This record gives sequence, structure tokens and C-alpha cells, in this order.
Amino acid sequence: MNVTVDRDATLLQDVRAIADDIAAVHADDVDRRARFPHEAIDALRERGALSAFLPIELGGEDIAFETLAAACFELGRRCASTGMVFAMHQIQVVTIARHHEDEPWLTAYLRRVADEQRLIASVTSELGTGGDMGRSVAALTPTDSGPLTFEKQAPTVSYGEQAQDLLVSLRRAPDAEPTDQVAVLAGADQVQLEPAGSWDPLGMRGTCSPGFTVRGTVDEQQVLPRPFSHICAQSMVPVSHILWSHVWLGIATDAFDRARAFVRASAARSSSTAPIPAALRLSRLSCALSPLRAETYAGLRDFLDFARDDGEALNTMAAAVRFNQLKVTTSDMAPAICQGALGVCGMMGYKNDSPFSIGRHIRDALSGSLMISNERLHEVDADLLLVAKDVR
Amino acid sequence: MHDTIRALLTQSGRLTTDASTLPVDADLYTAGLTSHGSVTLMLAIEEAFDVEFPDHMLTREVFSSIGAIAAAVAELRPIPAA
Repeated sequence: MNVTVDRDATLLQDVRAIADDIAAVHADDVDRRARFPHEAIDALRERGALSAFLPIELGGEDIAFETLAAACFELGRRCASTGMVFAMHQIQVVTIARHHEDEPWLTAYLRRVADEQRLIASVTSELGTGGDMGRSVAALTPTDSGPLTFEKQAPTVSYGEQAQDLLVSLRRAPDAEPTDQVAVLAGADQVQLEPAGSWDPLGMRGTCSPGFTVRGTVDEQQVLPRPFSHICAQSMVPVSHILWSHVWLGIATDAFDRARAFVRASAARSSSTAPIPAALRLSRLSCALSPLRAETYAGLRDFLDFARDDGEALNTMAAAVRFNQLKVTTSDMAPAICQGALGVCGMMGYKNDSPFSIGRHIRDALSGSLMISNERLHEVDADLLLVAKDVR
Repeated sequence: MHDTIRALLTQSGRLTTDASTLPVDADLYTAGLTSHGSVTLMLAIEEAFDVEFPDHMLTREVFSSIGAIAAAVAELRPIPAA
């Protein structure tokens, strides 16, 4: 028997149990109160799931990337906020694991992620950049005494107040161009988060993502060695778009499952000899869910393909276009499927207190097209499609 | 070839620094080349040198300096008949 496969299967089974028994139970309260899903995140912590992707020698379980993606799907089905927090944390873990370049401080840090099950948030959005993650205003600034400081105006920082560490993108130095960026890993005890605005959004309310002015003081060794542009192309962007897509697929799948449960209950009471109208709507909806699932899995498969060997293919424009397509497509499809599920369930789906309620699903799924705006990605792809040749 | 690339950089690259005095090995992204600027530059270079960059050459690294671009173009251009 293959030991690796067993480890992955066990993790997934445990995450599924946490999703069913804990995340699902608190999902409505998390949503209603716009509060952090601490019960589910604590359970994932206790299971060691926050570091499962790390290699065994760093205290992880060497879990495959596909398994992480499947875990995001399972959590997303039961509580989208939990799924999204888990996904965003894993984006930082995968990114640091792939780009620590054997630097002693960073590898020791990853060991602490495993030992202490530290939760990592990211501070990549910034006022004044037009939503372009590839540009920064705030800069790492040297001080006479040695450490580096920064001050960044971030319009959204998901679970910034709940995280133990923050991965912050910044200009490399005060005189650096906006595109000359680095990523810095700062501990919560090294940063000050000054709230800038409130948190009462339409959906994904448990991610707790208000704006902050983030001030920090870090040491040189906390700066990831490769440029942020390289880290984005190689890991952060494709991994984000894949794991988010799995969360959105989870939301859409649960909306579909609720619609199916509604139709089964209705069909059981029907005396008609032909399928009831809701059953026909469900059949059409299943044809909409299927391409969302296909695109989500295809995006994952393409990443593994591009990342093969030295991963050089991830630096191509064709790769950039591919993972932008994935994000735009899945984030457009997921809310449409949720709305289709509402069409199946009717009033029973519209009510917040019915077992077939779809409201939270629709609201959560609508966040997808805004987190990295789809319009912004279309602008980028419009450029890339002019020159990229081997577009899939 | 370096001067042609410099001229195209001035036209299409939208750098924040003066392309005409930029050293051959200077990092263009550090000099302010944006992703939109790099796309316009690639199109201009393909047209000026009558080459087509295959996908594996459409990377950040290949367009990171005047020297790197020149090397890529040289690799693609057919050897002129003697």
C-alpha cells in the first residue's frame, strides 16, 4: 500500500469531518455576526491541517497540492468563509514553501508554522494601485539602527487581526519603482493594524477583511529572496486562482445539493406521472455545474503540468492567461449556479431559515468576481493575448 | 541592434527612466517597465526584426534587459545568406 496516498486520504477524511461536524454547524452564526470561524479553524489547527502541505522534515505531512485543493472544496461546501480563510492561508504556505530558497530564517519559520500551527494572512491590496497586485506604493525603508520599516494602506486584509503572521508586498526600497517589489513575512507582534473602515459586507462575512493601515518593523532575513513578480507568477497567482476556484465550486455544489434535496422532497409528494417543473430546472442546473467542476479541475491539472520540471513554463504569458481565465470563469459561473438553485427551490430557497436556503451561498459566491477584479484581469489578458502564442 | 531596441523602448516601453542612456544589462522592470509596456514592446520588436517569439521565450527573464532581448532576437533571426 502506498503510504503517501494514505496520508492524503486521511487528511482529506479528517477535513471533511471538520467541515461537516464543525464548520457547517457554525456557518450561519459566522455569517450572521460577520465573525471569524474560530471553531473550524481551531479544529483544523488541532488536526495539523495548517501545515500539512509542508515537507515532513519541516514538520508537515508532505500532502499533495491536489489534496489541499480538495480540502478547500470540502470546507467551501459547508462554510465558505472557513474554506476561504483556509485557502488563503494555504496560498501563503505554498508560496513560502516554494520560495524560501533554503534561507535559514525562512526554513526555521516554516518549522514554527508546523509546531505552532500559525495562521498566515496576506497584505497584497493597496490604495493607489488600481487593484494591480504587481505595483506597490509602500516601501521597505531602512533605519539607522538596522531593521526595516513600512507603512501600507490596505483596503482589505482578510483575518488580519486573527493571523499570527502577515505576508506583505512592498516596494523593495524607498527609491524603487512601483513594480520592483518584494514579499516580507512579518509576525503579528511586529506589526500594528490601525483599522480603516468597518466590516459589514454582503458575503464571505467570516473572513473578517476590513481595511487597515499596516505599520511594521522587520529584519532583512524576513524578506523573501526572489522578486515578488517571480513569486506571483510561479506560485501566488496560480495557487490563489486554483484554491479559490475550489472554494467557489464547493459553494455552488452545496447550492446544487440543496436544490436536489428540495426536488426530492417535492417529487415524493407529487402524484404527477411526468417530472415536476423543479426537477427539470434541476436537470438544467446540473448541466451548468458540470462545466464549473470541469474548469476547476482543468485549472488544477494545467498548473501541475506547467509546474513540472523547473516550472519555467509558469513564467510564460500563456500560463498567466490560463490562470486568469480560470479565475474569471469560475467566479462568474459559481454565483450563476447558486441563482439557478434559488430558481429550483423558489420561496424555500429565498427564506433564510429554511433547510433549502440559498441566500448565503449567493452572497458568498458573489465575492469571487471582486477579489482581484475580473475586469482588471480582462485588461491584463487583453494585452497578453496580443503576443502569447500557445494559448490553451 | 541594441540601439534599435533602445529606440523601441523609448517608443513603446513607457519607462520612467531614459532608455537612450540605459546600460545593456540594466533591469528593465526596475527601470519601470510595466506588464502593459512589455507587451507593447514585444509587439514592436516582433515587427521591427520580423521575428515571432515562441511562447517559451515570452517570459519576464527574456525581456528583463536590452542585452537579454538582443540575445533572444539573435536566436530567432535566420542567419543572413552570405
